[in-house]
Amino acid sequence: MSIPRHSYFEATARRRLAGLLDAGSFREILPPAESTPSPHLASLDLPGAFDDGVIVGSGRLAGKPVLVISQEGQFMGGAVGEIHGAKIVGLLRRAVAEKPAAVLFLIDSGGVRLHEANAGLIAISEIMRAVLATRAAGVPVLALVGGSCGAFGGMGIVAKLCSAILISEEGRLALSGPEVIETVAGVEEFDAKDRALVWRVTGGKHRYLMGDCAALVEDDIASFAAAAGAWLAGQQEAGPSLAALRATQTQLENRVAAYAAYRDGLQVWAALGVQNPESVPLLDRDSLVAIKEGLPT
Amino acid sequence: MSLTPLLDTLFPQGHRVQVAGQVITGEATTAEGAVAVLGTTDAAAIDHRMALALAGFVLDTVERYPGRPLVFLVDTSGQALSRSQELLCLNGSLAHLAQCVDLARRQGHRSLSLVTANAVSGGFLSFGLMADRAYALAEAQVRVMDLRAMARVTKIDHERLLRLAEVSPIFAPGAESYRRMGAIEAIWAEPDAGLLSAALAEADASDRRMAEGRSRGGRQLAEVVAHTVEMAVAA
Repeated sequence: MSIPRHSYFEATARRRLAGLLDAGSFREILPPAESTPSPHLASLDLPGAFDDGVIVGSGRLAGKPVLVISQEGQFMGGAVGEIHGAKIVGLLRRAVAEKPAAVLFLIDSGGVRLHEANAGLIAISEIMRAVLATRAAGVPVLALVGGSCGAFGGMGIVAKLCSAILISEEGRLALSGPEVIETVAGVEEFDAKDRALVWRVTGGKHRYLMGDCAALVEDDIASFAAAAGAWLAGQQEAGPSLAALRATQTQLENRVAAYAAYRDGLQVWAALGVQNPESVPLLDRDSLVAIKEGLPT
Repeated sequence: MSLTPLLDTLFPQGHRVQVAGQVITGEATTAEGAVAVLGTTDAAAIDHRMALALAGFVLDTVERYPGRPLVFLVDTSGQALSRSQELLCLNGSLAHLAQCVDLARRQGHRSLSLVTANAVSGGFLSFGLMADRAYALAEAQVRVMDLRAMARVTKIDHERLLRLAEVSPIFAPGAESYRRMGAIEAIWAEPDAGLLSAALAEADASDRRMAEGRSRGGRQLAEVVAHTVEMAVAA
């Protein structure tokens, strides 16, 4: 018997929450009826959204109380404006006081909303500090990346500040978008239309093989729910420490020293010890996880 | 202003600062005592190497000089734009740098950043905006993107953006917009050792940018919305 799949990539932010959380447990904070669209978009004669492209609230995951943030990639590319950012910061501050089992952060965003550029950049800085404050208070923040906009720009930095990232093959995680690099540095540097190349540089399989993401998940809402539940069951938020950051520093320095000259995932995967790197884009999720688990550490 | 006269003016009691590959590291003496000095120069495009050099220096300071304040000198044109940098997860190295600054704060190191020339986007996020308080010199350029590029990306008429920029700090480039929105504490007409010492004495770990942005009239919504979400009664 096959269980019907619900693509996480294609789902709306609300549908993802409904499928992720225990049935009927979601409670939205500041729902559209109590909110107003961005006046900054209105001043540019652009249509707004009553939730400003992000949904925050509470619910249960596998019975445990969680707070949730879900960005809507289909509104302004999930980009962060003043209201959007403030909702996220408010939710993270709430977590410090409420102490849920975790904050689930469903990131689907290109970063700063250019129409509110300064407000967006400052908001992302406030989100960065709020994520770290939440973790320092002992509440893990789990990033889920698998939406159509990925996690780019400042939201790519935010994702890497979270306790861990669950990503799907379709998920993308980076700083500058390929289009931006192509525009500034030329098509020889990064051909943004070469979809396979974009995935080999920014995609979920690459980030997972490199250890930048904790788990690779099928593009299926139920798979994300299961992975988040499993991660939560094994997680203790350690709190910031000099020793842990020293270890990360060494790991990152070694990685840059070893791989700085590479420009394609294929090269890095070969260097990591993957036997047939050219087969990686074709492998299913379970086969890739088996390869990752068999790599020398 | 080039680096040496800037350092001489900010730290007349003395400084020992090195520059390697656009990364500044060292120490200086102020009225508040010894401080660590670090940052970037010549509109650096922040890459893995720079981010890790800065992060390593922050960790060294935390380990060897507990409580020593950190002074960041910010001159960045943003992040390095390259495929090889993205391949190795540049956002991860910038996040690591931000975490190191945050660790220093939690371990009692006060910090301030001074935008000396340019502060753009990702390069500013990982570092300058992570300090307890940020300041800018009057001639500093602070922005996400210039208005002409913004017009191209958003497909909104450049003339219209120019007109709106005159009345709205929400997207007008410039240090003054960031001051009105609460992210830059104050703009200094020129580098000043007295202002630096006073700023160090005032620095504290709380993030009060939303409240400042509201009281200065630049960001009317953020504080109210965040507070509403934080305090909403559970349904």
